[in-house]
Amino acid sequence: MSDAADLTIAEAGGRLRDGSLTAADLLDAVRRRASMTEAIIHGYLTIDHDGAAASAAEADAAFARGEDRGRLQGIPIALKDNMVTRGIETTASSRILAGWIPPYDATVVSRLRAAGAILYGKTNLDEFAMGSSTENSAYGPTRNPWDADRVPGGSSGGSAAVVAAGSAYAALGSDTGGSIRQPASLCGVVGMKPTYGLVSRYGLIAFASSLDQIGPIARTVDDAVTVFETIAGHDPYDATSYPGALPDVRTGLTEGVSGLRIGVLSELVSEGVEPAVAAAFQATLDRLAKAGAEISEVSLPTTKHALSAYYLLAPAECSANLARFDGVRYGPRLDGASVEQMMATTRRDGFGPEVTRRILLGTYALSAGYYDAFYGQAQKVRTLVVQEFRQAYQQVDVLVTPTSPTTAFALGARAADPLAMYLSDVCTIPSNLSGDPAISVPVGLDEDGLPIGFQVLGPALGDAMVFRVARAIEELSGFDSRAALASSEGAV
Amino acid sequence: MPVEIDIARVARLARIALTDDELAHYGEQLVGILEHASTVQSLPTEGVEPTAHPLGIVNGLRHDEPGPMLDRDEVFAAAPATDGPYFTVPPFLDE
Amino acid sequence: MTYEVIIGIETHVELRTRSKMFCRCTVDFGADPNTNVCPTCLGLPGALPVPNEQAIEWTIALGLALGSAVATRSVFHRKNYFYADLPKNYQISQYDVPLCAGGHLDVEVDGVTSRVGITRVHLEEDTGKSTHIGGDGRIHGASGVRLDFNRSGIPLMEVVTEPDIRSPEVARAYAQELQTIVIALGVSDARLEEGSMRFDANVSLRPAGATELGTKVEVKNMNSLRSLQRALAFEIDRQTRMLDAGERIAQETRHWDEANGRTDPGRSKEESSDYRYFQEPDLLPLEIDEATLARLGASLPELPAARRLRYVDAGVDPAAARTIVSGNLDRLLDDAIDAGVDARSSANWLAGEVTAHLNREGMDAGDLGLDGAGLAELVTMVTEGALSATAAKDVLAGVFAGEGTPRQVAASRDLMQVSDEGALRDMVEAAMAANPDESQRLRDGEERLLGFFVGQVLAASGGKADPGRVASLVRDIASQ
Repeated sequence: MSDAADLTIAEAGGRLRDGSLTAADLLDAVRRRASMTEAIIHGYLTIDHDGAAASAAEADAAFARGEDRGRLQGIPIALKDNMVTRGIETTASSRILAGWIPPYDATVVSRLRAAGAILYGKTNLDEFAMGSSTENSAYGPTRNPWDADRVPGGSSGGSAAVVAAGSAYAALGSDTGGSIRQPASLCGVVGMKPTYGLVSRYGLIAFASSLDQIGPIARTVDDAVTVFETIAGHDPYDATSYPGALPDVRTGLTEGVSGLRIGVLSELVSEGVEPAVAAAFQATLDRLAKAGAEISEVSLPTTKHALSAYYLLAPAECSANLARFDGVRYGPRLDGASVEQMMATTRRDGFGPEVTRRILLGTYALSAGYYDAFYGQAQKVRTLVVQEFRQAYQQVDVLVTPTSPTTAFALGARAADPLAMYLSDVCTIPSNLSGDPAISVPVGLDEDGLPIGFQVLGPALGDAMVFRVARAIEELSGFDSRAALASSEGAV
Repeated sequence: MPVEIDIARVARLARIALTDDELAHYGEQLVGILEHASTVQSLPTEGVEPTAHPLGIVNGLRHDEPGPMLDRDEVFAAAPATDGPYFTVPPFLDE
Repeated sequence: MTYEVIIGIETHVELRTRSKMFCRCTVDFGADPNTNVCPTCLGLPGALPVPNEQAIEWTIALGLALGSAVATRSVFHRKNYFYADLPKNYQISQYDVPLCAGGHLDVEVDGVTSRVGITRVHLEEDTGKSTHIGGDGRIHGASGVRLDFNRSGIPLMEVVTEPDIRSPEVARAYAQELQTIVIALGVSDARLEEGSMRFDANVSLRPAGATELGTKVEVKNMNSLRSLQRALAFEIDRQTRMLDAGERIAQETRHWDEANGRTDPGRSKEESSDYRYFQEPDLLPLEIDEATLARLGASLPELPAARRLRYVDAGVDPAAARTIVSGNLDRLLDDAIDAGVDARSSANWLAGEVTAHLNREGMDAGDLGLDGAGLAELVTMVTEGALSATAAKDVLAGVFAGEGTPRQVAASRDLMQVSDEGALRDMVEAAMAANPDESQRLRDGEERLLGFFVGQVLAASGGKADPGRVASLVRDIASQ
């Protein structure tokens, strides 16, 4: 590949260190790629040209001084716009935060800065991370680089799209019900959701506090590991962050799958799965078996109810998390004769329909008389899901499913029916409820040339295992996503 | 199980000013979603504790030490309405 | 018709931790508005709470002091409601699993002890402060509201009593005792005028002998112990009149108006609040182990009830002991006792003159110009006869005015009594010599002439002779 924008982080890192490329060159490559693709895919909401240039200069100066802060030094990274960045507009793709300039950085942002990464820009998402297509953004949808008439998935659609398009080397996304993995799958890139508690949520604009996790979107599993290592680890500013030892996800990364027990999660591999997706899934299983893995079928009946529990839990928490958007201390304000009116009008004007719908749903699920039947019950169902997964991992090392039952659907195809949209998350939601790690790896294309993702689920704190199996699949499938996109006809 | 929702009350609790048409529209959608979601009600959860944190960790406290605070100018630069050192809002009203 | 009064009190206590409940902002009353703020206590997008260990321990300590059971596992809940001074539009508080449950406080009024049951002690965060502009600073008729979030997030302990209180006097005694305990524990300044301790009361009446509770009225805005008592008395009177007239009591919140001495209806609510409590997902459950409980229990200081008992055992008058403990003069008394002076006399001075002075000047014990050593010095001078009781009061006034130690003031104001044995004897002999007839009559048994000679000596000494000593010397010499 002659274009530096198509390098992996590992490759770019090598070129930075052997002197054949500078950080400024990498930034330049990304800028050029963005100028060619952004008009169509609209992955970015904000690009911090000056900040990025300054960081690139600083990274190059550091290299010259012999200072090497690690694999991300000098690498341009994109951030989903629900992560707070000091001095750079942060909107969560909502009008209620239009023009908001935060006075602080999210912890993951501080860690990336400290590692010498170049923070290139903020990417588009479904408003407040609620959605599976990025069509719920108040600033216009993002289009799939593989086919501009199709969605990139969501809610981290912008992050997945720019990584696929090459206008960032990697990106951070957030995953509450599949929002890293599903768009990664639809855009043919790697997307990983860490064990809940491994990555700080301080500075992540909250959707559902007990489900949200920040994770990497990258072109290769190795790159995803690099980003994970940089952002993960206990944070004293997040009480829910795990205080124990951070799993070492790099040491055993290339150990392969021989002797590993792989369980096919039977409830999630049949219903509504497109034939091409099913075929690619099976083909991958065959390769894994040939490589020495032991494949079996595992039934987890509670996963059938995971979607329902999720659609009570997540909106309930979000209804409280979004109460702070009231026009009092930040964001635009619509005046009113009283503060109550001001708040109600500001919120009415500032929130889109999906967000409004979920706030209403959540408020209802928590209200007096309904708490036990809805929210209270959903919390208990969550425990049943956790217990079932824990039991399963006594029999297998990982569980596998297709990441999404379908490939990228057309813009507007599901917008009218919220329930249909919610069903796109059926394979990804269970691991948000359990808090366990999960990853999506691209394994092939369907007959329309659209990417198919394969999902690996692991036990709590089994992030290393999840990365290891994904790495093996990446190698075994021999699928070069970047090359496929470059030669694809529908591509941007 | 049919679900009945006082959508106007829910909107008031959530402080979102909606028109009657919007209320009706959202009300219908909510009923649909809830009927789907209410399948959880049939699950046996006797004696099951709700999940607090998937990793079962507890406490997560910090020592009583002051730390860095924000600069008021930077905060106020992003505020919709201020008056001297205060944020301002319209009056609180009797209901 | 006689009615039984049912009162329950909810007290909020601001803790004097160095940092806030869920963030590391400084706790500092009187700071420039909106300078002690951070993403967490401002409710900025993305911010998260992290609990203050000290606030939790102090809440447990209060529970232990009240005889509560401390939960081994406790959780925080979100209490959801919209209000401009509540940045997240939910307050992190506790709901059905508070840190402490149960307990009691015994209070004495006019010799009668009442036991006030404690329902719970829990921990939550305070809100910001709103000031209504325009109107007369009250909520109605304002033209806008100013918000200061310095107070937002300060740790707040909430103590709720059972509805065990039967009179405004007991209510006041309870409030005062709770305040004293909180100060003794060192967890709060508990200053009502400053708002670091705030009371809400629930009052209902029922016909004597009835079992069903009457309609509860909540009363707010009582900013002193006196207000608390007055407000409750007013409310009881108001409800009594209404019930006697056959009127229905509305269940409502009323605000005490100190200036006009009445309660007024507050904002009417079109529907009761639905707080939609759910467990705070940004925080972990609290697990409190035996070792922590043992440590906190062992480090409890001497509580007011125990202290009063100790003073009474040392000879102090019970009423004086009560006044001293509730007035925060215990350190002074203990220091004076350590210096070796009589507990009872020292206590009488503290409960009497010193307390009167504090009340007159509206001062706190901490601002007194008198310390234990000074008190000891004063008491010693009176005991030795160097000062008459009257003179001692003047000396005290001088000490308060900053004129120096008691000895210095006595000297500079020339208040010392002559108590030197020899000098007094000389004066008595001189007086007797100057009045031979009266001396003879005294020697012959005319007792009432004792007073005459005391008067003579007092006049001759310019009022500085110790009359008691003089009298006994006259008697002594006359009998020789």
